[in-house]
Amino acid sequence: MSINTQGISFIKRFGYGKSLNNLNVGNITKPYMPEIDESYSSGLPNMIADYLAAQKSKDKDMIGEIVKTSFGNFISKRVNLALNAPIGFHERLVHFWSNHFAISVDKRIVTLLAGDYEFSAIRPNINSNFHQLLMAAITHPAMLEYLDQEKSIGPDSIAAGRAAQKGKKIGLNENLAREILELHTLGVDGGYSQKDVTEFAKALTGFAYIKPKQDTLDFSNVGNFIFIPQWHQKGSVVFMGREYSQNGYSQPDAIIKYISTHPATAKHIATKLARHFCADDPPPALVERLKSAFLASNGDLNQLYEVLLNSPECLDAKNTKFKTPWDWFISSLRVIGVADMDARLINRAMKTLGQEILKPEAPKGYDDIQSAWAAPDAIEKRAEISSLMVAKFMPQAAPIDIANEIFGDTLSENTLKIVSRAESKQSALSLLLISPENMRR
Amino acid sequence: MKIQRRDFIKYVGGLGLSGFIPSISFANAATETRFIFIIQRGAADGLDIINPRFDKDYFTLRGDMALKDDEVTMLDNGFAIHNSLTTIGQLYKDKQATFIHAISTPYRERSHFDAQNILELGSSRAYEFNAGWMNRLMGLLPQNKPTEAIAISETIPAALRGNNKVSSFYPSNIKAPSDDLMVRVASLYENDPLLYNLWLQAQQTSKLANGDDMENAKEIGKITAKLLNAASGPRIAMLETNGWDTHTAQTTRLKNNLKQLDALVAQIKEGLGDNWSNTVVVIATEFGRTAAANGTQGTDHGTASCAMVLGGKVKGGRVIADWSGLSQANLYQNRDVMPTAQMYGLLSGVLGETYGIAPEKVAINLFAAAKPDKIIKGLVI
Repeated sequence: MSINTQGISFIKRFGYGKSLNNLNVGNITKPYMPEIDESYSSGLPNMIADYLAAQKSKDKDMIGEIVKTSFGNFISKRVNLALNAPIGFHERLVHFWSNHFAISVDKRIVTLLAGDYEFSAIRPNINSNFHQLLMAAITHPAMLEYLDQEKSIGPDSIAAGRAAQKGKKIGLNENLAREILELHTLGVDGGYSQKDVTEFAKALTGFAYIKPKQDTLDFSNVGNFIFIPQWHQKGSVVFMGREYSQNGYSQPDAIIKYISTHPATAKHIATKLARHFCADDPPPALVERLKSAFLASNGDLNQLYEVLLNSPECLDAKNTKFKTPWDWFISSLRVIGVADMDARLINRAMKTLGQEILKPEAPKGYDDIQSAWAAPDAIEKRAEISSLMVAKFMPQAAPIDIANEIFGDTLSENTLKIVSRAESKQSALSLLLISPENMRR
Repeated sequence: MKIQRRDFIKYVGGLGLSGFIPSISFANAATETRFIFIIQRGAADGLDIINPRFDKDYFTLRGDMALKDDEVTMLDNGFAIHNSLTTIGQLYKDKQATFIHAISTPYRERSHFDAQNILELGSSRAYEFNAGWMNRLMGLLPQNKPTEAIAISETIPAALRGNNKVSSFYPSNIKAPSDDLMVRVASLYENDPLLYNLWLQAQQTSKLANGDDMENAKEIGKITAKLLNAASGPRIAMLETNGWDTHTAQTTRLKNNLKQLDALVAQIKEGLGDNWSNTVVVIATEFGRTAAANGTQGTDHGTASCAMVLGGKVKGGRVIADWSGLSQANLYQNRDVMPTAQMYGLLSGVLGETYGIAPEKVAINLFAAAKPDKIIKGLVI
């Protein structure tokens, strides 16, 4: 493979745009691999233990503090990596998959777990295969909490029987099962029925994560996935025309393996990747190539990235994407050479821009098309944030030099003219950040 | 002209001044004298601010745009002041304001950024060195305390940057884009139908464009005065104003900008109370504008403009102008007001007299790169 990873268009389309701090990007053979050290530890076991202890003692301040610290550290690290990666393709992939397997920090416990989710479930698995990534996502405590899996108990399980003796009724919750099928794998037209959703939900009962035990201070396993046989619905299920009569964990395991290499899943993933990296209405030929690569390799994700990198459609100037607020925010900070940012400022900016980090309204994640983001208000907000960021992180270099370094000959004469005529450096750089060339990638 | 946003003011106001200052350690300030530098970013049109009524060519060159008799108030030597400047006009009558015309830095090109950089560094070339003249001034003052200068800005402007420690305010909340930015966005999008239409829609519903610039200007004036009043507060301050780049609709925009500048000065004066008698304010811009109107009811980048020296410590009531006239032959490069006064000569004189240092010494220490040889003296009591 020979790809000019140094090209302005390449970095813009596959990465987060050229950064003033990394003007000389070398040629990289596998730009989808991590470019910089991404190690990060959320201290998950102790974090959960502390949180649950604070919840038990009803210490609201402590709960708030634990959640805020955890999420704040994560946000800074996420932004920091995106700002400092020379190209940012790997980071784009992380954020793509994190949005594909969306959680929402609407729930407080999810806010606590969000950082660990992205750093230990999503990030380490985006260069493996789809099945492994899917398993990591849906067995992480953040997803189990977000889609209520921990509340789902088989109606004919041991646990439900015990509860019934005490006069309590517990049962199925289909939330996670439905979203796995509709959003994570097969897609809404993936050929499954409501009955399949219920059957899959039965199979998934027993999925949980380890909580701290009262009689021990050893938290080392806390937060790990666990299958609880007592919660699991007894008996076989019929899913998409096949009977799964296994006992225990091997039953959901078999179904997940089946759907994770299903042609509908391949098509769904191919379409979303092509939409993200190429165009709102992705070229059918590109989708087809991605789908074939998915099926031929049993969902080897690096194979899909190779297809993207080698598809002329992805670099075709007519296939542009209107940047999401996140995409615009990160690429803009790179233009003016910001290398590090405080979590509070990030949160405030993303809130103003209308895309708080990991806070979509629904499990389908944030939309990835122009019509979702190109609103009058959005443009004004970007102008506002540009002003603020430029004032706060004013680079030393002259605006025209920055414009030329970052955008090269992709910059229109008109933008160059407007930027060079602005009355102050602040005004010039803010205009550059909201220029047509920086609003799209 | 937009200086800061109200959210910032609420923040400062909410904390109370005593809560806001402690991060800056002010031991006994070296002097009770207050010096304020207000930069007009964008090249303010000297001709319409201190208006040469006696010069017939002004009316020819400006045509419809020329200020009418009822838009100005006469001063000395046939000059008049724009009527939006009521407080500053009154200061002139009270002999607390002097205007210096046809003034410029050594810069003779027409880039805002380079020109502002030179005006702030006190240099002969853009980016010639790193420290600004206000920072070097701190080093020149007797018993200088490292934290006695402050920028009313998010970042330290070039004029204050350097080895001597200075402080600055920055807003705790999102800052509204400057007027300059807002007026340029439409042309930025002129070849992009999607963005252009979205922007037009935004403008129809927006409050941003209209904003609360006047309120902001007043509040910034109040805050500046409070800071400079504080017993152990700073004694040197720099304020930034913008929106002076009037390529279009100059009449309206300049009127609004001048009203805000005037309100800013009024609040500083009122807020300083008795300390106003120890205060010197210099207002200056990076360069002037073309003598002639352009085709869009505005003016383009020029050379010489006017500067103002105001304050209770100022020996005012004069317009100082070595006027070359506006006839074609007398214009600089046949288009701009011919520079006859030196910005650094003015600053050397004002600063020297303000702090009791020989102006020549100020010139050598602060403006050596440009070697000003026309020092303007007798401006400060």
